[in-house]
Amino acid sequence: MAAKTNRLGRGALTALTWVIALLFVFPVIWMVVTSFKHEVDAATDPPKFAFSPTLEQFTTILDRGFLPYLANSAFVTVVSTLLVLLLGVPAAYALSLAPIKQTSNALGFFLSTKMLPIVAAIIPLYVISQNLGMLDNVWALVVLYAGMNLPLAVWMMRSFFLEVPTEMIEAARVDGATLPTLLYRVVLPVVAPGIAATALICVIFSWTEFFYAVNLTAAQAGTVPVFLVGFITSEGLFWAQLSAAALLASLPVMIVGWIAQNHLVRGLSMGAVK
Amino acid sequence: MRKRGFGTGTARRSVLTRLAILLAALLPAAGCAGAGALGAGGQTLVIAIVSNPQMEDAVALSHRFEAENPGVHLKFVQLPENQARAKITASVANEGGEFDAVMISNYEAPQWAENGWLENLQPYIDADPSYDDGDFIPSIKDSLSHQGDMHAVPFYGESSFLAYRKDLFAKAGLEMPANPTWDQVQEFARKLNDPANGVAGICLRGKPGWGESLAPFNTVVNTFGGRWYDENWNAQLTSPQFRQAWNFYVDLVRNHGEVGASSAGFQECGNRYGRGQAAMWYDATVMAGTNEDPQSSEVVGKSGYVPAPRKDTDAAGWLYTWSLAIPKVAENKQASWDFLRWMTGKEFVQTVGTEFGWNRVPTGCRMSTYDIPEYREAAEAYAQPTLDAISVADQDHTMTKPVPYEGIQFLSIPEFQDLGTRVSQQLSAAIAGQKSPDAALQQAQEYAATVGKSYQESQ
Amino acid sequence: MTTLAEAPQAPEKPPARPRAQERSAAWRRRAPLLPALIFTIAVTQIPFLVTVFNSFQSWNMVRPGSQHFVGFDNYVDVFTDSVFLQALLNTVTLTVVCVFVAMLLGLGLALLLDRAFLGRGIVRTLLITPFLILPAAGALLWKTTMFDPSYGLLNWALGIEVDWLSDYPLAAVMAQITWQWTPFMMLLILAGLQAQSREVLEAAQVDGAGRWRTFVSITLPQLSRYLQLAVLLGAIYIVNSFDAIYLMTQGGPGTASTNLPYYIYQRAFEGFDVGQSSAMGVVVVIMTLIVATFALRLMFRTFDVSRGVK
Repeated sequence: MAAKTNRLGRGALTALTWVIALLFVFPVIWMVVTSFKHEVDAATDPPKFAFSPTLEQFTTILDRGFLPYLANSAFVTVVSTLLVLLLGVPAAYALSLAPIKQTSNALGFFLSTKMLPIVAAIIPLYVISQNLGMLDNVWALVVLYAGMNLPLAVWMMRSFFLEVPTEMIEAARVDGATLPTLLYRVVLPVVAPGIAATALICVIFSWTEFFYAVNLTAAQAGTVPVFLVGFITSEGLFWAQLSAAALLASLPVMIVGWIAQNHLVRGLSMGAVK
Repeated sequence: MRKRGFGTGTARRSVLTRLAILLAALLPAAGCAGAGALGAGGQTLVIAIVSNPQMEDAVALSHRFEAENPGVHLKFVQLPENQARAKITASVANEGGEFDAVMISNYEAPQWAENGWLENLQPYIDADPSYDDGDFIPSIKDSLSHQGDMHAVPFYGESSFLAYRKDLFAKAGLEMPANPTWDQVQEFARKLNDPANGVAGICLRGKPGWGESLAPFNTVVNTFGGRWYDENWNAQLTSPQFRQAWNFYVDLVRNHGEVGASSAGFQECGNRYGRGQAAMWYDATVMAGTNEDPQSSEVVGKSGYVPAPRKDTDAAGWLYTWSLAIPKVAENKQASWDFLRWMTGKEFVQTVGTEFGWNRVPTGCRMSTYDIPEYREAAEAYAQPTLDAISVADQDHTMTKPVPYEGIQFLSIPEFQDLGTRVSQQLSAAIAGQKSPDAALQQAQEYAATVGKSYQESQ
Repeated sequence: MTTLAEAPQAPEKPPARPRAQERSAAWRRRAPLLPALIFTIAVTQIPFLVTVFNSFQSWNMVRPGSQHFVGFDNYVDVFTDSVFLQALLNTVTLTVVCVFVAMLLGLGLALLLDRAFLGRGIVRTLLITPFLILPAAGALLWKTTMFDPSYGLLNWALGIEVDWLSDYPLAAVMAQITWQWTPFMMLLILAGLQAQSREVLEAAQVDGAGRWRTFVSITLPQLSRYLQLAVLLGAIYIVNSFDAIYLMTQGGPGTASTNLPYYIYQRAFEGFDVGQSSAMGVVVVIMTLIVATFALRLMFRTFDVSRGVK
């Protein structure tokens, strides 16, 4: 008897979870639906659920030259995230497993760099970039995004590093492991899901960042958010086109997210050793 | 006992190899400076424009320019108005040099010309008689000139007028006069306001922004006999005429205006009117293009167009133009000019008309456009009213008192973007009922007084 | 930038060693941190210092030759500006409400996901989607498809005709931001939940502890670190929210939904007043720093800063 009600209870909970998830994500679902509509069907009262689908919005967008922006975004995102991991993993290690006296100072400093609103710093950054000849250059974005995400990465990875059991570290040290071996053979496998989560969040922030991208790029280094924003017109309502552009703009990150969090789960469920 | 985790063995290695392959594929594609650098043999011109439909048509046709000018490659940076304005201003003011041509309006042109930031285009124009700058509507031409020389060339221009639903008027037994006054319009709005059936008497902008609600509002101020500053830069927002205009506008919108007025800009009003939810709409002349386009409007053919309502003046429309200019620090000025000439010449109008339809041609700057028979036919309902409105859109016709600034619906001073936005926010608050009109106006007066003081000091 | 107050005591003191060796050992321990530290200082502090420098100038970018030194005038203007105070209030309200609600929702969703069920992977991907779409896209989506008075889904679903963006601007913006950040919270909390030791949970179950009891006594303390991290990081990001306000309400009507970053943007990009906007930026940094210092001290006092690993 208990098993049966338990299964019913579990089934109900599953159904509830699905409903909640679908409701929560409904605006996104609507965006996907709208992107396949003709413009006249997009803004109606009452909203149209049945319509004849079309791919014309997507062809319009691709005709506008979406691919260079995509390449730029991919480049900037991947390189800046790698840079963040390269710099951040040792830093997180130093602030957790081999603590130094100024740990909280360092952590506080990293956090404080995120307190200046981007809008206030944009003019100095513009002038500096101009003087360095780095305007409209993807490397400027790489460096900026790495600087933007590094504090977050250090904080997050530090939390995951703190989960590594002391016995493991002790055992490795007793076995005479050097620092690199310690890091890569012992610690990293355990914190890998955490690093994957951190990398995913860095990817998301780099991909969706739009203020620096709009102001520091022109024709060559434009990223996907810059492309998307160009679809917003002040004269004329183009919801279907905008939805399609938003969908295309978000699709790469959504795919990466899907892949990454699959790995995340596998790692989390198998690697949580205590 | 450690089970096989993410980080060990084949799983990790395959992920790493996949990453490496991905990177190897991307790096050459993205390149060192940016993906756009690829395939740029010859000259590349970078043009900053605003993402409006007319500009998009130009971008779509840009390959024709490239065909006629081999070796020149065009790259457009398209942004919405506010972003474009901010970016172009930052670039030109700091002499960043990213752009070979920029799209600016008649707000920036005189100021930037005076600052020496723009290339004087008159020599280029004079060297090419077929360009025919005499064809430009005088009010537009003057608004882009500095000391008699054009420093920007117009792409399209607009004034403002009143659209009204002939069918709704007929049904209510009302008749719109040929030159309505604001009092008459208020009366019409009152009679036609039908919230129960979702029809507003009139649609007016209420969205904050110096280029949004302040545009129609300022024309009301002007025709009521008000002004922002007197000759000595004393702020006049609390003068009787300005106050009257302020209260009139707020009351009209609150009592007979559309739902959501305080956040309604050109786009939102366009939707309302296009869906048949307003009996009248006072806004830019370019609205006619959307109203008469079956793709975006359900009231095609139902509207009449009359001049902007007035009170104490002969005319009350505004003047605005999107135009192209060449920053002083641009490198290939001749090539830039070739492009400007292509995009703002008579031939371009013909091209757009035959390619995309005559409803989509950029209008409001060349008088010859209005002589094209196909255009006159396609735009029958609104072509002449538009031309008339733009022709009389200057300070002489639209204002009653002298003012120390240029501009009709804006003040052509650098502080106006900020001041205008702040004042429009007060207006929006009054429309939304968040603040009493008097309190909002008082706050606006204070903002204006601060700016006026800095001009008094420099005199 | 500025540093926090002194760190709490290190839990263990290393054994007595010759001074020089001790010092070089200390530097070796710091070494892994240095690349990241130097990089961050270079990339973030230089613009900040220039911003501070600009804050003491009166400089309108479109009035050439207007740049001159005015000392603290800009700061005085900032604090006597009623709109700034309104923006400050809005920012605080926005941050507190959004962080709190997002955290609660994130916790709830993470708990729902912390069990195996049919299609769990798909649900998880669906739930992080709001965080994956561009904030600009999300803001526009909500403005047009949800909040529009005539064609919005909210009005259609609830059968009413409310102009959300005009009548409840701050609430509308808060709804959008919360929606966008809930997946972030969920992700962090989920990582924390799934790092729980299964053995401890099973042991509790064997001991007869109920679900609620287990949650309160075992799960919550374990989650504390992640919750605090989520709240701290989320707060720092949400304080800087810009896209939603820029695209949905333009800070209006009036200044009802203007927050500090948006106000700074208006000063910098509509007024082109570099001095004022820089001063405001510096003020925001100082205020955030003060609040964060208190928050961090609380955090570090409750939990270990470092692990007792030699």
